[in-house]
Amino acid sequence: MKILVCISSVPDTTSKINFTADKSAFDKNGIQWVINPLDEFALTKAVKLQESQGATVTVINVGDATTEPVIRKALAIGANDAVRVNLDPKDSFSTAKEIASVAQNGGYDLILCGKESIDYNGGSVPGMVAQLLNQPFVNASVGLEVNGAEATAVREIEGGKETISVKLPAVFAGQKGLVDEKDLIIPNMRGIMSARTKPLQVVEPVSAEVKVQGVSYDSVPPRAAVKMVSPDNLDELVRLLHEEAKVI
Amino acid sequence: MAVFVYAENINGVYKKAAFEAVSYAKAVADQTGDTVTAISVNPTDSSDLLYKYGASKVINIKDEGLKNFSAKAYAQAVSEVADGNIIVFPHTTDASSVAPMLAVMKNYSLITNVLEAPESQSPLQVKRKAFSGKGFMHAKADGTGVILTVSQNAFGVKENAVSGSEEVKNLSVSNEDTKVISHEQSSGKLDLKEAEIVVSAGRGLKGPENWGMVEDLANVLGAATACSKPVSDIGWRPHTEHVGQTGKAIAPNLYIAIGISGAIQHLAGVNSSKTIVVINSDPEAPFFKSADYGVVGDAFQIVPALTEKIKALKG
Repeated sequence: MKILVCISSVPDTTSKINFTADKSAFDKNGIQWVINPLDEFALTKAVKLQESQGATVTVINVGDATTEPVIRKALAIGANDAVRVNLDPKDSFSTAKEIASVAQNGGYDLILCGKESIDYNGGSVPGMVAQLLNQPFVNASVGLEVNGAEATAVREIEGGKETISVKLPAVFAGQKGLVDEKDLIIPNMRGIMSARTKPLQVVEPVSAEVKVQGVSYDSVPPRAAVKMVSPDNLDELVRLLHEEAKVI
Repeated sequence: MAVFVYAENINGVYKKAAFEAVSYAKAVADQTGDTVTAISVNPTDSSDLLYKYGASKVINIKDEGLKNFSAKAYAQAVSEVADGNIIVFPHTTDASSVAPMLAVMKNYSLITNVLEAPESQSPLQVKRKAFSGKGFMHAKADGTGVILTVSQNAFGVKENAVSGSEEVKNLSVSNEDTKVISHEQSSGKLDLKEAEIVVSAGRGLKGPENWGMVEDLANVLGAATACSKPVSDIGWRPHTEHVGQTGKAIAPNLYIAIGISGAIQHLAGVNSSKTIVVINSDPEAPFFKSADYGVVGDAFQIVPALTEKIKALKG
């Protein structure tokens, strides 16, 4: 079984988000880059399938050379090899097109992704990859087992969950629950050392067709100063919520 | 040319997110001088519900093959009936699974998580949520065909009644790649992303056995319950309740955070809430800086007392 895991390099979750002075782009100064946390659930699931079913796990990232430390981390977590498409991605479609192009001839049984990236939050790449490859797509996956040419996936639905069987090859977008937080793999020294020698192939992009452009960016405006209410005067809190905020 | 909107239903019943998407589509149509055509798959609810928010035509797709949800089959079905340049979806789990597949099928631009009506048409430019709620992006679509997904609780549900007509479209889309084995829906529980009020708690509650008072407050308010990441990591609450950067992003009218210190990742998922109340015993909790109202004190005394007072208010 061959698994392709799509990873995105994103600002660490503790990052304060700033934009350049002309507001035309995200300000990358002082940012630590990590594997998109939702992709990490997908990667860990793939490594678990590698252990239990002898799958090979390839990670793919669409990004310039600055994303390589994040790709090496994915290799240290347990992926067998990696592909970097040498393109600073501009939108979901251009990213999906590159991934689909690499996947096209790779013979992957499963393509696993996080359901969205925590930076641009498009949530579109996995579904686009699936459609470009004409494969089934399961979003918001919180469980996945593989049995020959079929997978059983559990997906979150509003107010519940649904278990489905899916013909492979297929694309799955995962989130927390696909593996537990406590099962996420923290690379050990052996993993880190071996990651240095694992193959990381760099391929050139096949297309740079962009369909959506980020024209400008705004920060979230600060809230007005907090109104503190004494714990002995909850009537006042209720009054404020009822009369001032008008939310109850 | 009509603005199309996907009116999502669950087991035939329209969701609030569907009414919000129709309201949004009506705002777009008013900009372009068009009308709104809503598309729904096997609804049992009356189309009158959609006319109320501005849809002047409702296309009901009838297809036994679409009884169970499949992103690919649903995208195929929508692509067969939506022939406008703009297609609006709610940003729910299912709809936001269909939208990217449809965007590829139709070779349209896709802008997700939009918050407001477009800033301009041709090219279409719109404000959307980015960086998990830590920033906003003004996104411009290249080309004329555009699909938009509307962030839940952002635009709001706006009544705008028009007279409408219904068309039934019989399709038979192939849906062989996926098969539903089982379907569990917890009844009577409010959908967290649709809820107007959310009561949430963190590690300050000391243990899962103390969640009763959180649920009591939520019940009095007609609210959904949520939790912080550490709480779902330890397993005190299901991960479906985790709100924050790597959990669910929500935008209720009122968010009450109990015993949550307010890490930047938590704020990212909840700072779109219109009003935030923070209850915490630590006066230095960073969450107070992002709150509208704050109470410093013991949650075990404050929450039950607050529940009683709200109960009294509601009479």
